[in-house]
Amino acid sequence: MTGTPWGIILIMLPLAGGMICFLWPRVSTVLGLLTSLAVAVSVAGLGWQLQEYGVYRHAIGGWGAPLGIDLYADGLSLLMLAVTALVGLGVGIYSTGYFSCEDSQRFWPIWLFLLAALNALFLAADIFNLYVTLELMGLAAVALTSLTGSKDALRGAMRYLLATLLGSLAYLFGVALLYHGFGTVDIGMLAERVESYPIAWAAFGLMGAGLMLKTALFPMHFWLPPAHASAPAPVSALLSALVVKASFYILLRLWLTIFGPLNEGIELLFGLLGMMAILWGSLQALRQTRLKLLIAYSTVAQIGYLFLAFPLAMTTGASAWHAMAYLALSHALAKAAMFLAAGNLLRFGGHDRIADLDRVVQRLPLTAGAFALAGVSIMGLPPSGGFIGKWLLLEAALAQGHWGIAAIMLVGGLLAAAYIFKVLGHTFTQADISHEPVAVPASMEWAALLLAMGAVLLGFLASPIFSLLDIGNAFSLNGVSP
Amino acid sequence: MHDRVAIQTDHTRKQATPLLRILIALPVLAVAAGLAYIMLSFSPVAPGLSGQVTDQLAHSGVSNPVTAVLLNFRGYDTLLETVVLLLALLGVWALGGTELRDEVTPGPVLDSLSRLLLPMLILVAAYLLWVGAHAPGGAFQAGSVLAAAGVLLLLTGWRLHVNLAALPLRMILVAGPGAFVLMAVLTLLIEGHLLQYPAEHAGLLILILETAATFSIGFTLTGLFLGGIPRDRDIE
Amino acid sequence: MNSAFLYALVGVGLFSLGLYALIIHTHLLRKILAINVMGSGVFLVLIALAKRTGLAVPDPVPHAMVITGIVVAVSATALALVLMLKLVAATGHAELSDDQRESQ
Repeated sequence: MTGTPWGIILIMLPLAGGMICFLWPRVSTVLGLLTSLAVAVSVAGLGWQLQEYGVYRHAIGGWGAPLGIDLYADGLSLLMLAVTALVGLGVGIYSTGYFSCEDSQRFWPIWLFLLAALNALFLAADIFNLYVTLELMGLAAVALTSLTGSKDALRGAMRYLLATLLGSLAYLFGVALLYHGFGTVDIGMLAERVESYPIAWAAFGLMGAGLMLKTALFPMHFWLPPAHASAPAPVSALLSALVVKASFYILLRLWLTIFGPLNEGIELLFGLLGMMAILWGSLQALRQTRLKLLIAYSTVAQIGYLFLAFPLAMTTGASAWHAMAYLALSHALAKAAMFLAAGNLLRFGGHDRIADLDRVVQRLPLTAGAFALAGVSIMGLPPSGGFIGKWLLLEAALAQGHWGIAAIMLVGGLLAAAYIFKVLGHTFTQADISHEPVAVPASMEWAALLLAMGAVLLGFLASPIFSLLDIGNAFSLNGVSP
Repeated sequence: MHDRVAIQTDHTRKQATPLLRILIALPVLAVAAGLAYIMLSFSPVAPGLSGQVTDQLAHSGVSNPVTAVLLNFRGYDTLLETVVLLLALLGVWALGGTELRDEVTPGPVLDSLSRLLLPMLILVAAYLLWVGAHAPGGAFQAGSVLAAAGVLLLLTGWRLHVNLAALPLRMILVAGPGAFVLMAVLTLLIEGHLLQYPAEHAGLLILILETAATFSIGFTLTGLFLGGIPRDRDIE
Repeated sequence: MNSAFLYALVGVGLFSLGLYALIIHTHLLRKILAINVMGSGVFLVLIALAKRTGLAVPDPVPHAMVITGIVVAVSATALALVLMLKLVAATGHAELSDDQRESQ
């Protein structure tokens, strides 16, 4: 017994909060914010617990794997939970200014269930349980995307729903194969039992394909730009920052524990698709005339960077994984800040056409600052979390002579600089068409700025975060089973 | 005004050309062939977890192995799944719901049939709920039959009274997942593990959870069929 | 144990048919139906292979998984159908047109 069950609190609290918000819609905003705060505190509690006692494992029902379901938290889970809590707080504060009273009452219960799903996902140690959390997360995300009811949002949500359902079914088929082939659905036990049989390859093929579709890795990224661009700004932030990272987290976990040790060479495919994602995403981002679509394509590109770690880690091991985790964390904060800033601009000017951004720096300095700071992290400039992540990845690539990967990373960085400065350039100038500005609430501006500052702050926290990541040895070369 | 969605054959929009059909069919056939080969490579006898389930069945509080897995050994999945169902309804309502169908008086066949069937459906649902402890049955099966009764009721033109459509309806919808979460937290505090039932009361607690879940499932599925948000105030 | 494999193969067939239909057809209702057929295929595979226990009683764990899966599938289908109806009400037809060009 290691004291308070922080992990369980992280799951049950948002579930309860969501249900109470559903029962009494009037208290939604206040209860929602309190729940977000409580979740952040609980993550801190979990972090303290992990540092004192090592990894956290809870056998639900007292049965224990393989008969029962286990919850498991190590350093990697902790950091994903932490970034979820932080982005959640930021988006929660933002939404108090963004949504009307009615929309707010519909937003909070669904967002709290999404938060519960994310927490449950990062704490899961059972592949079927992961399927249920994936579905909970997917349906909540779709419901939030379509919240405004506009034509674009409905289309984006429909495409997103079909893609996410296809991904889940492929994943479930893989679960079926693994269970029937190896007799358990617990990740730790599967890590011990799975050998290089055709059943295992087929399962990984299916699960990998499903999860890559959900993470929008090129070429299965087609659903992401319309969905993320047409959703309300706080929802876009949640989608790009957290939801796509969740399916990536599952893929990473499965790779580190079960499938990576099989050594079939798939990491080269991941690397290749990652490189193409960086190029395609960045080039498309450059072509966009609307800000939210530009930011969405930037997400497609940044996800590509995450997949570069797979081939690099084969030889450099932990440092490539550390770099990737850092990139994931910084991108979550920076991308959320960017979407929130875009929401501010949309509210202010009534449009998000990049060319018509009208003297934003003078009139919305906090928002422009937020966008600029977030851009620093996305481009990988020092000092920021993005810089540390990309620097370490580049170092790993050069050390092993992966010149192709290093070149693509540099090109990607240049393209990112190009599209960020394209936007920033327009924020300084006066547009041809002026219009009546609409006031932007302070909560919206500050939420965006604080998240962006968080991304930059990550640039100074590398050492403590890397030591946290190593709790539980998720990244050790042989993939110690959780 | 009803939203009519006719399944037209795709004559009006661009139809997939035969070349495209073949281009898609070939990789799909390859995947199918691969998976079929995988199916045949499974060993003919593999007990999976059935041995462990049988061993622990006596301690689970029920004698039907599927119910034991669903409500006891893997009860956490069931908890999340009741939330998924509620979330679908939340999503539908967040969209604004569909147009509420007009209340119509039913024709003679529907009228008499519903009077016969509804009590029977409710009885069958109650029976399925109770028998789930030792034979195929349980909360989901009972909830589905209850939902069938609800759908039949809606088809006759009945609508929930406006006074009941706000908080009371929402309380029933939340009853299932709410009972699960409450039970999970209580068992955590008392027994030390989430959803660990005290051994002598396991059967009773499972029945309580299943009852709450049956009501929730029945009402949620009926709500999903209705599509629109029930009117909770008189329009005047 | 032959019947187990027969049903498993049928499950694979359903999954593949559904996948093909999902990609080929443009009408949303057909896509939603295709997803359901794929789901049925996966559930069938789960159940069929559970029969291989060698005893009279099949493995109950996949049965419980399929019950969970069915509930999830029903929820998702309900949301998809209402989304489709809303789309029809907003745009007039039940297909995902190429909206990339429209919004540029």
